[in-house]
This record gives sequence, C-alpha cells and structure tokens, in this order.
Amino acid sequence: MTKYITVIGLEVHAELKTKSKAFCSCSTEFGGTPNTHVCPVCLGMPGALPSLNKQVVEFAIRVGLALNCEIKPYNKFDRKNYFYPDLSKNYQISQFDKPICEHGHIDINLDGVEKRIGITRIHMEEDAGKLNHSGASISTSDSSSVDYNRAGVPLIEIVSEPDMRSAEEARAYLENLKAILEYTDVCDCKMQEGSLRCDANISIMPEGATEFGTRAEIKNLNSFRALVRAIEYEVERQKEVIEKGGKVVQETRTWDDANGKTLSMRSKEEAHDYRYFAEPDLVPVDLDEAWIERVRAELPELPAQRQARLMEQFGLPKYDASIIVASKAMAEYFDEAVKNAQDAKGVSNWLLGDVSAYLNNEGISISEFKVSPAHLAELVNLTKEGVLSSKLAKKVFAEMLKEDKAPKALVKELGLEQVSDEGAIMKLVEETIAENPQSVIDFKAGKDRAIGFLVGQIMKKSKGKANPGMVQKMLKEKMQ
Amino acid sequence: MKVSAEEVKHIAQLSRLTVPETEMQIFTEQFNQILSYADIMQKVDTTGIEPTPYVLPITNAFREDIAKPGVSHEAALSNAPAVENDGFKVPRVLE
Repeated sequence: MTKYITVIGLEVHAELKTKSKAFCSCSTEFGGTPNTHVCPVCLGMPGALPSLNKQVVEFAIRVGLALNCEIKPYNKFDRKNYFYPDLSKNYQISQFDKPICEHGHIDINLDGVEKRIGITRIHMEEDAGKLNHSGASISTSDSSSVDYNRAGVPLIEIVSEPDMRSAEEARAYLENLKAILEYTDVCDCKMQEGSLRCDANISIMPEGATEFGTRAEIKNLNSFRALVRAIEYEVERQKEVIEKGGKVVQETRTWDDANGKTLSMRSKEEAHDYRYFAEPDLVPVDLDEAWIERVRAELPELPAQRQARLMEQFGLPKYDASIIVASKAMAEYFDEAVKNAQDAKGVSNWLLGDVSAYLNNEGISISEFKVSPAHLAELVNLTKEGVLSSKLAKKVFAEMLKEDKAPKALVKELGLEQVSDEGAIMKLVEETIAENPQSVIDFKAGKDRAIGFLVGQIMKKSKGKANPGMVQKMLKEKMQ
Repeated sequence: MKVSAEEVKHIAQLSRLTVPETEMQIFTEQFNQILSYADIMQKVDTTGIEPTPYVLPITNAFREDIAKPGVSHEAALSNAPAVENDGFKVPRVLE
C-alpha cells in the first residue's frame, strides 16, 4: 500500500466589524428584511461610484500586523469578473496582484510540537449578496430570491500556504486564527452566521514525492467539526480515486454536512476565467509609515502574549493557559475572576472543568454564562478557606447555575457550611467508633482500608459537611 | 494578434450571450479588427516605463465609517423584473 501525505491550505473569509459597507455608506447590520440596507452602489446601478471605507484599511493593517505580515504601503483594488446572481455588478471588487499584506505566519502547537504555518497574503474585498432558494436545496430550486443586504459588506481573505499536513493541524490553525481575529476585534467570528468562512484546498501525494497532487477546493465549511470531517472524507475519496487508477480532478466541491460527503459543484460558471483588471473607480492606497506604526503601537494583547502572561503572572500550567486564551471571552472572564480569587489555579480548574462542561452541554458561549466572575471567585475562595469541601462546592455551583446568587449566601441558605468545630467532629468520631468495633480492630491490625470506611461513615453522618482533613486526623488520634 | 472563433465563443459564454453560429464569423472578424488596431500600440517601445493603470496622481481617497440610509426597499425592487420574498427573483442557478 502506498502511503500518502495530505497537503492542506486554507482560505478564510472574515467579515469586518465596520458600521458601514466597504464601498458605500449602507449599514452592515446582519439580518433584517431583505434589500433594506441597499443603495445604487451595492445594487450595481449604472454610474454609481464606490468610495473606500477607511476603517476597512485600518482593520486589514491590524490583522496583518497581528499575523506577522509585511504591510504593503502601495496596494490597489481590482475587478474580479464573473456572472452569478448574488453579485450585483457582475464583478467583485477585490485585490489581485497587489494585496495589502503578504508573507505572514501563525505558530500552532499540537501535542507540544510547535509548527509554523505560512500566510501567503491578506486582501480586502466585498461580500456578495445572499441567495434564498425556492426549493429545499440549490439543485431542486426552480428559482432563487436575491437579498443584497450583505452585498458590499467588507471582507478580508486570509490565504495560508499549503503548509498543513493533517485535519488536526488545519483545525489548530483555524482556532489560532479565529482567536487572533477576536482579540484584534475586527470580526464577530460566528461561523454559523457566516461572518467567518473557511474553504480548504486539499490534495494528496505519495510519500517522498516532490510535487503536490491535484487539489480540490472544498466550500461550505461552517464549523470546526465540518472542517475536520470534510478533510478526512476528502483525503479518503482522493486515495480511492488514485488507487483505482484514476486522476483527481481540479474542481470546487461543497461539503454536505448532513450526509458527511463532499460533492462536485457544477455551476453554470465553470471556467475560472475572472479577467482581473485594475478597478478604475478606486484610486490606489498608499499607506504612510506613521499610520502603520500607529496601528502597531495600538495592537491589543494577542493570544500568545496573553498565554505567556497567565503562565508568568498566575503560575498556570501551559495547558490551562492555552485553553483559557483560545477564546477572548473566556480569557476576559478569567482575568475578571482572578482579581477577587485567592487561587488562580482554582479559577482555572472551574473554567476548564465544570464551567466548560456546562457551557458545552447548554451549547452556549461564556459571554452568555450567567454566573458572574466575582461569584465564581467567591466560590473558589470558600473552597480554599475550607468552608466548603470540593463536593459541596459542586452543589453550590449547581445552585448558582439556577440563579446567580453569591455563594456565601447560598451556603447559608442551604445550610452547607463545612463543620470545622472540634467538639462537633469529636462527637461524630466517638459515635462512629462505638458503632464499628470491627473496623477499629482491623485498623489496629494495620488494614489501611478500615480508616477510609470510617471516614466515609462520619462524612455520611455529617451530610458531607464535616471537614475531611480534621475527621481523618482526629479519627487516627482517637484510635491510637 | 488573432483570436479564433473558439475564443469568441468562450468570451460570449462568459458574458452570458448567445451568438448564433451564422454570426460567429462576422464577430470574429470584428474582434480581430479591433485587436489589430491595438497592435499599433504594441509596437511602441515601452522599455523602462512603469505600467499606468491610473491616469491621475491621486491616492488614498477614503470615506469615514458612518452608516447612512440607502434607498427604500420599494425603490430598490422597483426595477426588478420579478420579486419574490422581498428579493430579486432569478431563474435557477444550477444547470
């Protein structure tokens, strides 16, 4: 059996968080009645002229710097010509031979192995409109209805080098990229709503080959899971084609998430003959050094820097820090909680454990999490101070999920304070020893398991409230 | 520079135009007439001259990021040949 190497490059489109569109003043607001955020420019009316939104350039520079790119002072726009109903002008304004950013990279880390993924370029362009099909799917529809509200919304396209060799590497790259786009505050990054979209170029080649195989471009990857599944499916499909003596065809395929397959897309526009030429209605951009340096100076803390800070400032393990910083909202929650907490690792344990489990279960993000950072910190402190055992802390947490009350108040309300009163515990110890003479004999005979049994009995009697450390200590002393 | 009837067909297809076979020859001839005129320009020696995609020495024409209302929904759709679900109705996309 021939062994194959998978080669993956990603093209990521990110909708920029501007108030107005790229080349006209229409609102970029998502949703709404179709064709209510439109004007002659984004409807492609003859004679309408585009004018460039300065904020689009600002955002593109910011992302370029965050992705370690060279910012090209001189860059220009081009027309990409093709006919498709979601494109009002029959061309898309994009950047072809002179994009704003080139030669960047992202470092990914998989199982402790660092790898650098190259970024070929970042260019500015406009989004297309949205087609709503009359039937259940594009192939069964007799007609479509076009909404141009999205037409002209600014995008940046981030093109990677074909540097990834597995679905997991592609996933790690996209996760890192998404975090950077969140931190730089240029994009909502809602894959389900389409504000962050990913296409994957996938090919395979026999081990030892020096030339890449023919690639297929996979579209419609709306989640990290879809990206991973589509790559795994596509690699198997290409292997099968080759093993059967066939050839992989260079084509665009769409990911069918429901059936877990990629399907060939044969649209009317088959020839990729875009006849790019310079957009005569927009003058070139010529960035001065001062602008670029101002954006560089204003760059926010990025995920890698934040991870280093969490490790240094709070002594978090690398694993904890890397998971917390992967989401900007999670990192902000941590920073907020840790201000009031006596134990940073304790906050991290809650976030990575019960909090993440709850969020995953509910299918919500941490920005929708009802428990305030201050209350989580208080819960951590109550455990640290020995007021709550870890088991009771979980009970209090479950109550906090129902209603965001202060844990101290809940502990009182539920009568859950840990009993650390020596007299009260001694009473329980004496009772239990009297009730279990056999266990005391076993303990004296050196059977360690006996003590565990006795501690369990005492905890049961106290309804979990006795301080386990004190119980253990006093029990041993009493039986000596 | 010469183009073939095949290339004219390709360009017609990209432009979503149906050119009857009977008119293909005349279009090909006209294309070539235009291109041979452009050939005169090709003879000019342009060594050492930068391409000039823009005739004006202007750069950086920006607009501030302020949203303003565009045209009304009704006005936007008033020229549409067909309207469906508040959108421009178009024939099926796939062949």
